[in-house]
Amino acid sequence: MSVLVDDDTRVVVQGITGGEGKFHAGQMIEYGTNVVAGAVPGKGGQEVHGVPVYDTVDQAAREEDADASVVFVPPAFAADAIFEALDSPVDLAVAITEGIPTQDMARVNKRLSEVDTRLIGPNCPGIITPGEAKLGILPGNIFEAGNVGLVSRSGTLTYQVVSNLTERGIGQTTAIGIGGDPIIGTDFVDSLRLFEDDPDTDAIVMCGEIGGEDEEEAAAFIDDYVDTPVAGFIAGRTAPPGKRMGHAGAIVSGSGTGTAQSKIDALNDAGVPVGDTPEEVADHIESFL
Amino acid sequence: MKLHEYQAKQVFADAGIPTPSSTLADNVDDAVAAAEEIGYPVAIKAQVQVGGRGKAGGIKLVDDADEAREAADAILGMDLKGIHVDRVLVEAAVDFVNELYVGVTMDRGEGKPVAMVSTRGGVNIEEVAEEDPDAIVREHVDPSFGMHPYQARKAVYDAGVERDVARDVASVLQTLYTLWDDRDGADAEINPLMVTSDREVVAADAVMNIDEDALFRQPELAEMEAEATAGGDDLEAKADEYGFDYVRLDGNVGIIGNGAGLVMTTLDLVDHYGGKPANFLDIGGGAKAERVTNALDMVFSDENVDSVVFNIFGGITRGDEVARGINEALEGFDEIPKPVVVRLAGTNWEEGMEILNEDLVTVEKTLEDAVQRAVANAEEVDQ
Repeated sequence: MSVLVDDDTRVVVQGITGGEGKFHAGQMIEYGTNVVAGAVPGKGGQEVHGVPVYDTVDQAAREEDADASVVFVPPAFAADAIFEALDSPVDLAVAITEGIPTQDMARVNKRLSEVDTRLIGPNCPGIITPGEAKLGILPGNIFEAGNVGLVSRSGTLTYQVVSNLTERGIGQTTAIGIGGDPIIGTDFVDSLRLFEDDPDTDAIVMCGEIGGEDEEEAAAFIDDYVDTPVAGFIAGRTAPPGKRMGHAGAIVSGSGTGTAQSKIDALNDAGVPVGDTPEEVADHIESFL
Repeated sequence: MKLHEYQAKQVFADAGIPTPSSTLADNVDDAVAAAEEIGYPVAIKAQVQVGGRGKAGGIKLVDDADEAREAADAILGMDLKGIHVDRVLVEAAVDFVNELYVGVTMDRGEGKPVAMVSTRGGVNIEEVAEEDPDAIVREHVDPSFGMHPYQARKAVYDAGVERDVARDVASVLQTLYTLWDDRDGADAEINPLMVTSDREVVAADAVMNIDEDALFRQPELAEMEAEATAGGDDLEAKADEYGFDYVRLDGNVGIIGNGAGLVMTTLDLVDHYGGKPANFLDIGGGAKAERVTNALDMVFSDENVDSVVFNIFGGITRGDEVARGINEALEGFDEIPKPVVVRLAGTNWEEGMEILNEDLVTVEKTLEDAVQRAVANAEEVDQ
């Protein structure tokens, strides 16, 4: 079982004629994802990897019965592409694009509060249910179907932790990359709720990083609501204040909020062990199962 | 990207926010001439991107030409928290009776812009926020409408700004929001916003941070960027040129990897195993060989670096491209300048391992082993 996506998910790829969109649409199809359409303004009527392209997401969703969208659109046009997905019939939009201006995302965030569509990302690797479907850029071969849910702000860190799990024969229900930007759609709390409510998820890995207070909020939520055991990892213990560590959202503010320590403390207080290394995270998960 | 004070003041003044008259100078004679022109008293302010300039001796108030000469001479060329001062702003001193704070930023928790007003200006506002959060009035703004004038008034009256200047302060706040919105600000701040004895308001300082992701649609500000970053860290300037996410740190283990979270984790593991990270360097997704070569070149050119660890977990990035880049970077040397440990995983790692010239680097299979080896290498070089 899984959360959000499975082999029934019918995917439209926004930006399928671009370099990234084309390559990763191919990778998704190869993985077994049910990619049913592309959407690129002005490119309607073409085909990519045998998949029909439409001018709008709305057309693609109506004609091909798509219920999810993956956005591979350059930063300058990405917010508009997300708005388009939110106003179309799809239930889920996954935005891979990195570098969308924050004020654009604030406007998207406002729109999200008015619609039922769920957004994952932006600046994220996407979501995968191993053996069924991947929506995004995650390397499918390191994942294995199983009973651990994973949610992470970072793509490559996700790969690292997943490989530590898979090497021990511990598979995953679904892995959700929520993205490293200051304003994102689906957050830790949303993801934890999905995993808690999924009968097939027996343990959860939560990978956070410096910046913001999402991990602290997640810790409070775990304390209140989550019975499934959770193990954590927080990247950026060595980050100096005021420096942006790659991700737009990964910055410890001058006044000392958003530090790794405050997040680790909050998680520990909620009964969540936090590994010092990815290997230790896998140790914790192994002990839960 | 943070604008210099003189740049932010210009942007604010162009938008109609009252600022004191001022001139930028890069030598003592020009600074004195500017002071004479403006009329005493004037403030002479170092134009460098560090906090606490005043306390560090980077701002001086002067009353005549002799004092102006002395102050300009002392400040120009001084080393302010590690940054060389090569320009000063000569600015009319404001005869104030009150100092306020106004600011606009993104509240990431709420995912909304927030405007702020406080009557406790002129001091470190982050300390105020911690000690007495109620002293700062916050008004969230719906980004699809922008700030309504009533919201600016509400914030100003709630903050307890004196009635006779409240309208002017509200107008400054409204303008500041519009500017922040139009120019893709990350933070925009006036601290202090001075109230003069004539009951006028004047922006005595100006802070403007721009969202770097939005520079593509802010050509005028992008032009200011080169100037704003001038005088900073040479390696960080080089990283900008190569287009890397790079942060220089004070250790001796150079770190290169792909993806912010994994590179941060590599730093943390270096620290965990008793080493000290020299830098954060993310080559980004899908890096080609040339980018990898540039990354090694950067880290080698940092003289503090004693050893290097390369940690790649390929998703979009391909192990064979990375291996080719490492070979290219290292094959030009008669002797490798610093020992390099490589760990390749993920997409095409096996192809990468076949290509990688193992005479030039040490290969480790796991992240933990790679980091420990690099830490040990640094210790050896250090001895």
